[in-house]
Amino acid sequence: MKEKDFRDNETLESFKKTGQGILLTTIDDIIDWGRSNSVWPLTFATSCCGIEMMATGASRHDFARFGIEVYRASPRQADVIVVAGTIVNKMAPVLKRLYDQMSEPKFVIAMGACAVSGGPFYYNCYHVVRGVDHIIPVDVYIPGCPPRPEALLYGVMQLQRKIKLQTITDAKKIEKVK
Amino acid sequence: MKEVIHTPVPLVEEEEYHINMGPQHPSTHGVLRLVVTLQGEIVKSLKPHCGYIHRGIEKMCEKDTYPQIIHLTDRIDYLSAHINNHAVCLLVEKALEIEVPERVKYVRTIMDELARIQSHQLWWASFGMDLGGLTCFFYGLRDREKILDIWEETTGARFLQSYYTPGGLLWDIHPNFQKDVKAFIKYFRKKIRDYDNILSGNVIFRERSRNIGLMSKEDAISWGVTGPSGRGSGWSCDVRKHHPYALYDKVDFKEILYTEGDTLARYLVRMDEMRESMNIIEQLIDNIPEGDFTAKMKAVIKLPAGEYYQRVESARGDLGLYCISDGNKTPYRMKFRTPSFSNLSVLDHISRDLKIADLVAIGGSLDLVIPDIDR
Repeated sequence: MKEKDFRDNETLESFKKTGQGILLTTIDDIIDWGRSNSVWPLTFATSCCGIEMMATGASRHDFARFGIEVYRASPRQADVIVVAGTIVNKMAPVLKRLYDQMSEPKFVIAMGACAVSGGPFYYNCYHVVRGVDHIIPVDVYIPGCPPRPEALLYGVMQLQRKIKLQTITDAKKIEKVK
Repeated sequence: MKEVIHTPVPLVEEEEYHINMGPQHPSTHGVLRLVVTLQGEIVKSLKPHCGYIHRGIEKMCEKDTYPQIIHLTDRIDYLSAHINNHAVCLLVEKALEIEVPERVKYVRTIMDELARIQSHQLWWASFGMDLGGLTCFFYGLRDREKILDIWEETTGARFLQSYYTPGGLLWDIHPNFQKDVKAFIKYFRKKIRDYDNILSGNVIFRERSRNIGLMSKEDAISWGVTGPSGRGSGWSCDVRKHHPYALYDKVDFKEILYTEGDTLARYLVRMDEMRESMNIIEQLIDNIPEGDFTAKMKAVIKLPAGEYYQRVESARGDLGLYCISDGNKTPYRMKFRTPSFSNLSVLDHISRDLKIADLVAIGGSLDLVIPDIDR
């Protein structure tokens, strides 16, 4: 993929706050650089998309090139939760709990049609959550049933762009609200 | 308060206690929840809790036409997607008494066996990883990508293909198909020796897996454990041998049987099945006859009223489809007899009085796919 195609929209960068002190922005840059390049995902896979996530982590596609190095089995150690697969009503409280157990800053990638909107199980179904954004806030949506590993890599790169926009002043505000 | 503090805590807990393994646990391969009753480190009993990925596919089938059902069956057991599609196609063809062209049978058999190989490769990768060998994961998935490439060329999708339709195939095979499959077989015959060197011949692995999870032939029959797990106990249950479909009555292959019934036997069955699948493909790949890639079908498929049953051998075992039709274009009732469900039921029986670390190995050797259990 060419650099030009990757930067196809500038909406994200336009949210970047300007007019802050030189010290703050320098610290922000350093912290965001570190955070965006070591995103550790949680091993959370419910169905078919999980296999594609495994394939992305394996030899050919190699997640680790982007700093998504190790899959963590514990939510306490994970930075990003890749919701790979259908979430049904029975699983929904578990997913919410897993998300709550993750430490800040945390991110969510909705991978696959089921996680985005319910996918093939949108109609004629009595038990499928129609999109994980009903339960937890989602940062990046990756459509596909299942998405190709390249699509997941692209989604991860978009997430890294998003992480790079964070400032520590915002993070403090969030803590105060809590 | 004082009494509480001075209550002596026994050094060894004698009482039984429960822990939850799952629904989010890396070694359950999905969202299976096992409530394990332990005494110290010894598993006393365990209860599987299903339904964390229950998607109601059986109910959805009642609203869908037969060609649409094929897309749902992909998602039941996603690792043997082709084989699941095959079951629906055979069911419709049996009900309508359609004879599919010879070319279709050849392609379907080859695709089924490729599906079996890639399913076992992924199983080998994750089984090795469960027991602590991360190299297996990378080797297994590296070779699996080669099969996915072949599929992508012909079917257009990496691993949920929905390539079969009632009466034939969606479109013809890619011109490079035969060449690529032959190249893959040549490649994988070398690489499967690596698999043996890494895991099968590894002393630590053999000691870890021998004599745990013992399942006798009687157990396998009474719990309905089919597929490689059942054949590891010496139960001859291969649907391809006993109720041949497609071209399995014409090709020469042997059913892999081991009589030990432990985790190692189930492992070895799958390793030998990969070799046997390659033998089947080699017999067929040069002889694909020319002809149509689909039989003539009506635009709207309606099955005559009645009950139908079709079974195929998926990578996990005996997959059965039971369909009641009332003459409409959608089935009145569709029931899937999925192999993982009955394979799971034996887990409690064979893992009793073993260490909890062995439970991971036993669960891995049964090769459970969780959407296959919950549907």
